[in-house]
Amino acid sequence: MMGDSQLSGWRVFISALIGLTLTIVPLPDALEIIRPDFLLLIIVYWGLTAPRLAGLAFSWLCGFGIDILHGVVLGQHAAGFLVVAASVQYFQLRLRIFPIWQQAFAVFMMLIVYQFVVFWIDGIVGSPVFDLRRWLPALTGALLWPILVATLDTWNRRRR
Amino acid sequence: MATLSSDSRPIIAHGPSLWFRFIVLGLSIGIIALDHRQNYLVVARSWLSNAAYPLQALVQTPFEAWDWLTNSFADRDRLKEENTELKARMRIADLQLLRMSSLTEENQQLRDIRKASTGLNVKSLVTEIMRVDLDPFRHRVLLNHGGNDGVYKGQAVLDADGVFGQITRVGKFASEAILITDAEHGTPVRVNRTGLRTIAVGTGNFSKLSLPYITGDADIKEGDLLITSGLGGIFPPGYPVAEISSIKRDPAVTFALVDAKPLAQMDRARELMLVWFDAPPTLDIDEPVNAQAKPKPAAAKSEQTGAAPPKSEPAKAAPAKAAPAKSEPAKSEPTQPAPPAQPNRADPPNSAPPKTAPPPTDPPTDPPAAETRP
Repeated sequence: MMGDSQLSGWRVFISALIGLTLTIVPLPDALEIIRPDFLLLIIVYWGLTAPRLAGLAFSWLCGFGIDILHGVVLGQHAAGFLVVAASVQYFQLRLRIFPIWQQAFAVFMMLIVYQFVVFWIDGIVGSPVFDLRRWLPALTGALLWPILVATLDTWNRRRR
Repeated sequence: MATLSSDSRPIIAHGPSLWFRFIVLGLSIGIIALDHRQNYLVVARSWLSNAAYPLQALVQTPFEAWDWLTNSFADRDRLKEENTELKARMRIADLQLLRMSSLTEENQQLRDIRKASTGLNVKSLVTEIMRVDLDPFRHRVLLNHGGNDGVYKGQAVLDADGVFGQITRVGKFASEAILITDAEHGTPVRVNRTGLRTIAVGTGNFSKLSLPYITGDADIKEGDLLITSGLGGIFPPGYPVAEISSIKRDPAVTFALVDAKPLAQMDRARELMLVWFDAPPTLDIDEPVNAQAKPKPAAAKSEQTGAAPPKSEPAKAAPAKAAPAKSEPAKSEPTQPAPPAQPNRADPPNSAPPKTAPPPTDPPTDPPAAETRP
């Protein structure tokens, strides 16, 4: 039991690092605007799969990671991540028995909430971006969700 | 997806409840975020960004490896072609440089006469934009030089064609710059032709700056060059910023709608230049606006009067000595020793002219007079 949770711990850590890397990997301009929030999707996945390991404190830390990498106000993305992680924890038992498309829709709503928190804090701090395209990552994130779940599930099962 | 049996949680939860944790962590975020107005966390933040550097370096490694590969295995013919082209460009640049050096010297003399601050470029450092994506809706870039190389917050960043941006945050190995086209950035500029001073505000569009404070009847036209005015103390004066691209005047409203196109290659440049200047930029407030626009009459006058203190700033940093020294032999020494030029470092701009007390026969030293001259 202990070994398994340690192994999962490593997996959570490594996937979070990969998520952080994917948030700053340079993409062509067209793709950059629709870049999904990889790290947040990974957090949602682990929040559903291993809620004790990847709880609120974990997502809080990941959010600060994004803040530092993007050079914005410390706590902006952390707040968004925290809200999403809390709702994942709250709805966890329901969400994990949803069919995958329904899960994807729930994830879409969470991504919208996250974008809204980021947008809101932008508005408090300085000049918010009113471009409607800023909501696109929520859509691509939801579309990516089934693929991500399949990938991470396969990875988990093979090692187990 | 994991099954219920893989959940290792005990049935009866222990530890603080979800909402308690949520509120505690949320409050901590609030406290940290509020700090952005107080700036107590600057040091912590710089350390954290150092910690982030390995990840950023890792991300751009493949790109650097690819660049290295393409360079090392470059075609011989292509290299030859490039070489001849570079040589040709070098020749032209040399010619321009020849003219430039004489102009620089002349400019330096004129500035000495006026006791204006020099704002000479002492040191520059070529830096490169790291291939790391930040927020796509903001014009920020990461540069691969940081505090270890002496980069400081507020430093001006230029590219080969004009002003590019300024440093907003400095880490040990990397620093973040804001582009002049970012919607949160304003650049103090003046119109090169008329000396009209204004502010060019970024629009969030790489090819557009907006000039919102130009009145409808202002003397400005398309194609006018905007250069930095040196006000605000960030950008050194005299560097090209943008070119006026469109003007819409409506007699019914006070301000004209003026747009400008940045001269720097905002979305294409990879290699930029960080520059250090010898004089603190606040000095530049004393500088007459048309110092560069009217070199000829000033030169003629200075020869007539001939009474000019040799140096405007007696105690200067060692690297800055080269430029003032150039002007010394060429100048005719004043017949009587001029009053020791006082470093107007601490003086507010308005009190500076009376305090430095120029000889009455020397009109060019008086900035207001210089400003009103046609």
